[in-house]
Amino acid sequence: MAELRALVAVKRVIDFAVKIRVKPDKSGVVTDGVKHSMNPFCEIAVEEAVRLKEKKLVKEVIAVSCGPAQCQETIRTALAMGADRGIHVEVPAAQAESLGPLQVARVLAKLAEKEKVDLLFLGKQAIDDDCNQTGQMTAGLLDWPQGTFASQVTLEGDKIKVEREIDGGLETIRLKLPSVVTADLRLNEPRYATLPNIMKAKKKKIEVMKPGDLGVDLTSKISVISVEEPPQRLAGVKVETTEDLVAKLKEVGRI
Amino acid sequence: MVGGSVPVFDEIILSTALMNQVISFHDVSGILVCQAGCVLEELSQYLQERDFIMPLDLGAKGSCHIGGNVATNAGGLRFLRYGSLRGTVLGLEVVLADGTILNCLTSLRKDNTGYDLKQLFIGSEGTLGIITAVSILCPPRPKAVNVAFLGCPGFAEVLQTFSTCKGMLGEILSAFEFMDAECMQLVGQHLHLTNPVQESPFYVLVETSGSSAGHDTEKLTSVLEQVLNSGLVSDGTIATDQRKVQMLWALRERITEALSRDGYVFKYDISLPVERLYDLVIDLRTRVGPRAKHVVGYGHLGDGNLHLNVTAEAFSQELLSALEPYVYAWTAEQRGSVSAEHGLGFKKKNVLGYSKPPVAVKMMQQLKALLDPKGILNPYKTLPTQA
Repeated sequence: MAELRALVAVKRVIDFAVKIRVKPDKSGVVTDGVKHSMNPFCEIAVEEAVRLKEKKLVKEVIAVSCGPAQCQETIRTALAMGADRGIHVEVPAAQAESLGPLQVARVLAKLAEKEKVDLLFLGKQAIDDDCNQTGQMTAGLLDWPQGTFASQVTLEGDKIKVEREIDGGLETIRLKLPSVVTADLRLNEPRYATLPNIMKAKKKKIEVMKPGDLGVDLTSKISVISVEEPPQRLAGVKVETTEDLVAKLKEVGRI
Repeated sequence: MVGGSVPVFDEIILSTALMNQVISFHDVSGILVCQAGCVLEELSQYLQERDFIMPLDLGAKGSCHIGGNVATNAGGLRFLRYGSLRGTVLGLEVVLADGTILNCLTSLRKDNTGYDLKQLFIGSEGTLGIITAVSILCPPRPKAVNVAFLGCPGFAEVLQTFSTCKGMLGEILSAFEFMDAECMQLVGQHLHLTNPVQESPFYVLVETSGSSAGHDTEKLTSVLEQVLNSGLVSDGTIATDQRKVQMLWALRERITEALSRDGYVFKYDISLPVERLYDLVIDLRTRVGPRAKHVVGYGHLGDGNLHLNVTAEAFSQELLSALEPYVYAWTAEQRGSVSAEHGLGFKKKNVLGYSKPPVAVKMMQQLKALLDPKGILNPYKTLPTQA
């Protein structure tokens, strides 16, 4: 059914390879001048949506991101991977700090309705907050079925079969469209954006809007009290003999 | 690579592994003073925390010592941008053959008082003295690093892409490496690395390093648009995150590994005028024909440095005779270097004459006799056996 349309939500996060530093005032982590990139799970979500489009099962892929101006870079990456157009829900930097899963879910729910999409793809979680809530909350707000931790996705007419990675192994479910799917690691291997596509992406449209335009209130009932580094791992102690080892273990009350 | 640090007859091995302390680091000047046994990767990590980097980087960073890097005048991947150790090393502490400690461990950028003795020891492969401490100038850590991987339809286009990048990227260009289609095929076959672009006769890796992400990305996309539109490049990609940066570099850095899995490898490391860099590969392929499994070329194009490798099922004297001295003679004819980076060591000491005139070789032997009259420092290496 080439009439299906997909919305993919992408988040701009600190690059996974960066060594995170906590701000001296413990209000958060240092983000200034630090390399940011698309959340790896969001990239997998974009890749899946684009593949469905290449298989002619989806007609249009829209990439959306919420946050300050720099989010547009992340949307451009999605466009370079094959998304057709982008939506930037602009939230000024100061306010962006209070953007949590519930706020983003409200935005995505409104957008999904406005754009009349059949599929909403997200990464299962963001590597900065590890919340793993946005997809689930959006599905709840929309009252749509959800297939989370997807490791395989198959479109079957007006339904979607999702194989999910769960603690016990794999669970396969069938959802009626429209539905929400969150991508897990093994869903696919995202492509490299090739130069011709990167150039084409520059000309693709990114619509900018404010949360107010969607009638969404961003106030959060959560405030961050402090952010601290985990305690330093203490160095181990080497001993010479087995007797020493036993004695030391007894000394620290381990045996 | 050339057996420089391999004992061959009756030597005693001296390790500086326990001399692994950083002596000082001055974060305004960026000058690091450390003992020779410091591992390059550990120094990189030390500096990273202080927002600096080492001026050199190579595949063996996890195990090589800085003293060894200096003794071999290691080149590496950052050479194009930060230059040779001959420029970045400010001072050395060296122990001479008779036990005298030569302390030239200054941290001065400029010091024209007398002969610059440290230059004798840099690249001397441990044959003139043992380096025990190094003072080195470290550049600030670039805030923005971008990597692009491109496919070129021919070597002429590779060269033109290089000129275009130099012109349009200017000061932010930090690496320009090339590899041929055979290399890509080998890393795909033996290491299962995916080709990120469409199949091409040549591939180029371009890295930029700068202080402003926006400025650098703009310059890079500009030059890439240019080379794509003018047909110099048929396809390409830019790394969008650190993982992709590492994956793209792996395509180039792991060629050696892929080659070693292909069979017996004959390795040549040559400096040539950059326009002729690939001609030797083509010539050699025709010359050795089916006697070799693969004849590949890759390397630091920006530095005019070709890594020429020939693989075969097993070592064969016949193949070796077809390769040597042909490769050396070819190089000598172009007034190139028979060992751009790897040094002479044990394996290449007798081909020094292809790149240096007899007067130079004689003077080297005189210096060796002066500094090590008993011939105890890394004997049997580097200089040709005297008749």
